[in-house]
Amino acid sequence: MAAHTPAMPAIRLSWWIDDPRMRRMLLRLFAAALAAFIGIPLLTLVLWSFAGEWFWPNLVPSQWSFRWWQEVLDNPRVTSAMVLSFTIAPVVTVLTAVVAIPAGYAFARLDVPFRRTLLLLFLIPNAFPRIGLYVSLAVLYYQIGLIDTYWGIVFLHMIGTMVYMTWITTATFRSIDPHLEEAARDAGASPLRAFLSVVLPLALPGIIVASLFSFLASLDEAQGTLIVGTPHYITMPVLLYTLISSFQRPVAAVFSVLLALPSLLLLIVAQRYLHSEYVAAGLGRV
Amino acid sequence: MAEVELRRVSKAYKDTTAVDDLSLGIKDREFVALLGPSGCGKTTTLRMLAGFIRPDSGQILVDGKDITDVPPERRPTAMVFQSYALWPHMTVADNIAFGLRLRRLPKAEVDERTTRMLTVVGLPGVTKRYPSQLSGGQQQRVALARALVLGPKILLLDEPLSNLDAKLRVRMRDEIRRIQQELQITTVYVTHDQEEALTMADRIAVMNKGVLQQVGDALDIYDRPATAFVADFIGSSNLLSGTLSVAGGSAVARIGDARVPVEADGLADGALVTVSARPEDMEVLRVPVPDGFRLEDTRLVNFGAYKRLLGRHPVLGQLEARVPKSFRLGEEPVFVRFTRARAFPSADGDRS
Repeated sequence: MAAHTPAMPAIRLSWWIDDPRMRRMLLRLFAAALAAFIGIPLLTLVLWSFAGEWFWPNLVPSQWSFRWWQEVLDNPRVTSAMVLSFTIAPVVTVLTAVVAIPAGYAFARLDVPFRRTLLLLFLIPNAFPRIGLYVSLAVLYYQIGLIDTYWGIVFLHMIGTMVYMTWITTATFRSIDPHLEEAARDAGASPLRAFLSVVLPLALPGIIVASLFSFLASLDEAQGTLIVGTPHYITMPVLLYTLISSFQRPVAAVFSVLLALPSLLLLIVAQRYLHSEYVAAGLGRV
Repeated sequence: MAEVELRRVSKAYKDTTAVDDLSLGIKDREFVALLGPSGCGKTTTLRMLAGFIRPDSGQILVDGKDITDVPPERRPTAMVFQSYALWPHMTVADNIAFGLRLRRLPKAEVDERTTRMLTVVGLPGVTKRYPSQLSGGQQQRVALARALVLGPKILLLDEPLSNLDAKLRVRMRDEIRRIQQELQITTVYVTHDQEEALTMADRIAVMNKGVLQQVGDALDIYDRPATAFVADFIGSSNLLSGTLSVAGGSAVARIGDARVPVEADGLADGALVTVSARPEDMEVLRVPVPDGFRLEDTRLVNFGAYKRLLGRHPVLGQLEARVPKSFRLGEEPVFVRFTRARAFPSADGDRS
């Protein structure tokens, strides 16, 4: 092809991309747009939760108030939903980790037959509309007496969290040089000792991220919990659904902020931890 | 302290034979290099000695004891990995002390042995640092210290110098040899670098395609190669294919209408052979002689200490001869004569 093209003077079509100052500015603009895209809806939520009176076309509420916060926090259903959510999420996370960490290690290191197929299997629950899965699960739960129970909800959440954990831990374990483990064996460590002393500490950042995702996914799960948990087990997002359907926008806003708070907190903590020198030393090389 | 014996060891992967019926004895305190091109099975052999790979058949013995089924953590071997494999989340001291702590030695002894070993490898005072804060050469020394601190009977090294730059490689080469002599430890060293093998090892085991080609000291391997592969792989050689003619105790290889006198121990008349001659075994002449071959398209390559004359013969093809650095090409013709050539049966002239 090139042979037929007559020689052309080099034209720089994209001078503004080539200019480093221009490029930097474009990058900043893009970052700002992205921040606005994510930030503005969140900011609106916060504003709504503190709004005493807010009519169109005002940009900010004309009156501020803690009324909605008070209303939400005084509601006993809210506190019990919060307690429930925060007793389910950690249990889901721990149980998922107990299953997914060995599974991830096996997928990464051992010669598991049908490895790819098995890994895809974990994705299947995500490939179908969740609601269908939940309905059939609810039918099953009725038969085995798990409907409207704490463990019923925990298992349902685990269907979703298993995917994060298995996939992330598999990738993490695979990124660790197998020679590091062999060197431990060579120095006299049993397979288990080598895993605990060498592999696990190096995989910790990945495992923490995966646990975080699982924790937040469990905290956020509403559809399935609504179907198998009502009427006795109402978690925060399920309660949020009922609040939204009763059209109390500021109340829903307060609730959303409450739900977003743990996620935000955990992400900040994780960010801190993942940037610490220990991890930098652990992942800087290899 | 320890003798090693590999007895008819084989290992195959799905569709390739990594190591094929290998038998090799390593004497106490001996430094043996496993040398060969990549994929020749040398690393597989080393990993079988370390216990990371189980041979399909055959036995591995240390001091006459069969250790074929002993897991790596209970073998008297210690390995230095090509990638060093230092644990990045542990300090240098923790890396070295790991094995000692597993053996539940008292803290004072652990510290004492760790410091002493760092002195042996010439790297005192880095105990508190992390591996990522060390240079490649320093990491190499730490890896060596970590392997040696446990007092293994056998030291295994897997291309330990391949990640270092040329100058450092030469220094570490001498260093490893010095430490090996000092500690009097049986050592198996895997490398694809013949210079490393020739300069460091007491004996060299040359491998190709999973098959052990020759075991011998540097002189044996270089001067008396057992196969055409060894002749080609060690140093450089002119390789030619022809047919052997044996008459009255002297052998000649017929290549086209050319005749090259060869050494051919025990080969029969009419055998297909690969002829190998070192560039330094080629005499360069300015006048025609009966057994000389005239070269065309000659050119010189300068190696600093010497030059290499390259040229083509219409029948023999491309030939190389080593010439002194004062050698110049002029208008007059150039002839070469084979002063020493060896013939190998073509069947094992397997070159890759």
